[in-house]
Amino acid sequence: MSSSMLFNVTTIVYMISMIVFFAFLATKNKQIGLVGSWAAYAGWIVQSAAILLRWKESYDMGVGHAPLSNLYESVVFFSWTIILIYGIIEVKYKYRVIGAFVVPFALLGMAWAQLGLNSGIEPLVPALQSNWLLYHVITCFLGYAAFAVACGISIMYLIKERQESSDGDSPAGGIFSMFPAIRVLDDLNYKAIMIGFPLLTLGIVTGAAWANYAWGTYWSWDPKETWSLIVWFVYAAFLHARITRGWVGRRAAILSIVGFAATIFCYLGVNLFLSGLHSYGK
Amino acid sequence: MTTNNKGFLQSLWDFFCSLKLAISLIIALAVTSIIGTVIPQAPNIPEQYIQSLSQTKLQLYEKLGFFDMYHSWWYILLLYLFTVNLVACSMKRLPRVWKTVTEPSLTLDEGLEKSLSLTRDLKLKGGLASLKDGLAGFLSKEFSSPVVTEKDGEVHLYAQKNPWCRLGVYVVHLSIVIIFIGAIVGSLFGYKGWVQITEGTSESKVLGRNNKTIDLGFAVKLEKFSVAFYETGAPKEFKSILTVLENGKPVSGYVNIPIVVNDPLTYKGITFYQSSYGPAGEGGTFFFTVKDRKGGAPIKITARQGESVQLPGGRTMHVTESTQDVRQFIPQMSGPAARIEVHSPGKQPDSFIVFRNFPKLDEDRGGDLIFSYDGSDEKFYTGLQVAKDPGVWVVWFGCTLMVIGIIMAFFMSHKRIWVRISSNGRVVVAGSASKNQPAFQGAFEELTAKMEKL
Repeated sequence: MSSSMLFNVTTIVYMISMIVFFAFLATKNKQIGLVGSWAAYAGWIVQSAAILLRWKESYDMGVGHAPLSNLYESVVFFSWTIILIYGIIEVKYKYRVIGAFVVPFALLGMAWAQLGLNSGIEPLVPALQSNWLLYHVITCFLGYAAFAVACGISIMYLIKERQESSDGDSPAGGIFSMFPAIRVLDDLNYKAIMIGFPLLTLGIVTGAAWANYAWGTYWSWDPKETWSLIVWFVYAAFLHARITRGWVGRRAAILSIVGFAATIFCYLGVNLFLSGLHSYGK
Repeated sequence: MTTNNKGFLQSLWDFFCSLKLAISLIIALAVTSIIGTVIPQAPNIPEQYIQSLSQTKLQLYEKLGFFDMYHSWWYILLLYLFTVNLVACSMKRLPRVWKTVTEPSLTLDEGLEKSLSLTRDLKLKGGLASLKDGLAGFLSKEFSSPVVTEKDGEVHLYAQKNPWCRLGVYVVHLSIVIIFIGAIVGSLFGYKGWVQITEGTSESKVLGRNNKTIDLGFAVKLEKFSVAFYETGAPKEFKSILTVLENGKPVSGYVNIPIVVNDPLTYKGITFYQSSYGPAGEGGTFFFTVKDRKGGAPIKITARQGESVQLPGGRTMHVTESTQDVRQFIPQMSGPAARIEVHSPGKQPDSFIVFRNFPKLDEDRGGDLIFSYDGSDEKFYTGLQVAKDPGVWVVWFGCTLMVIGIIMAFFMSHKRIWVRISSNGRVVVAGSASKNQPAFQGAFEELTAKMEKL
């Protein structure tokens, strides 16, 4: 049994979960929805085991480190955090259907990692040899994941809103009738961002502390740092916009999607298109 | 004139207090910040990039400060406006919130009752005094200890949880100002520098920004530098062994301190970070053994850096480059290696690599002379980042405050319960929460249901 086998199982289970969630949307059968969440949780448990196993494997190879050090490992971890945050929100607020819009993000991550990224376990270069790696990566990715969930909820919001305005108030309402009311989706969007924002803040603070420890400067306007600040600004604007009227609902949903696009650029775009301290493995 | 002036100040104040300005500034900062991540920033601007720009573009970028944009006047101005806005907004809203926290309305009058969405009418048995004691005891046990007020023949109970969390937002705002203060302190009283020290020597001056020399007031000696690689050729560790010298004498407790990336050395508020390394390029000596293919005793050769050495048969050799570990260039090999160039009279110079760990390898090259590399006493230099930042603790304090403030603001809710007991046994309960009212509604209903059974 190797971690990569378990990661393959994870990917397949997430795919099953997504398909079941889509069937749930089509049939509105609560039992099917339950199976969708259970599949997501089962995949998450397998993935947790796989991450721990990969951790152990790195020690067996003599280069032991937490599996958070390169692009492959971070994408896998991102996918894990997305399901975790989804689970927390589902258990707390009981809106199962959100899974149909959140599990695909986790699946996309796993599929990309398994098919397109180098999965080799590599030893840590000197700059990564620090406990701050753990604190920084965990807080950042939990934050990113909450924003991913908020983005999924916002997409649901926009669909639901459009469908409501075109259908008038016909009770049947197509397959989207089981979406929570737009008022609830708007609220859940804020709740997810209220989880993500403190975590992103912690991620930036731990990153600054690490940079100070490694290079003697907590802030150097490196592209990654700057983009993390841009993301922070977007969500800070989002939170303040809530206080003024007119920035709820549709505009808040759009801002949440823009925020997640900025998050993804901060995570991947900076590494792929811009040069700086975070170019993995270079 | 005076009224006009007042009007101007008032409108300026209103302008800076506005939340619309706050959102505009935050979005402006987010959007403009992108520029510096796309355009290379000083001092790391590649020459090719400058050449790829048209003259007009270059001039425009320079004028707008795009090459050092986070220090440009207009970006700094945005940050100042943001700070003023932040302070003004907080100052405007804080007094009212402060009042809610410190002077809560202890009695449930009709106006307050109407303003609250969670209210409940209960019919309880017992007299005023026994109801007061019973309900006060109940609230203490189930919620929090109430304040009891008697007014106009009625008894009012007021109990609350987490009133201070309402200040969370202002704690976050304050923390941002503190972080800015820390950054300013660091830029005024600190510096960032760089120093290069060769093994066995010491330095007391470092190179700051704009090539300014900064005297440390003490010296740092590099006792030894070493580098280690993984089998893959990836770097594993760069290590400098440092000793701090005061007036030429080692300082006790600061002798032979190993520093690696992520583990710097701090002395007198100045911190030294492992940053780069390289061959010192001076005084390095390379040792070789040379054997003639036709036989004869092997000869030991000593070649100093940059020096040509005579070989048998009128040939000469010199070392062109060397490494302590060849794995980073040739992954299947390991250990020290040197590239040498041999000049034979009337022939093209011959350039090849010899490896210390593979002494037999040069035989296969087929030359008349067979070389093996015995290593070098080449000296290294270490490149250290040097930083003095007396503001860094202020920044960490601000960051801690920010996290505390965010937790207060996002995850805690100010919950309040009012109870009015009339002499006829009529009890009105009302409640409110500063956050997540629907969740509080559940708790409120549970609480009042229990009260009903008292």
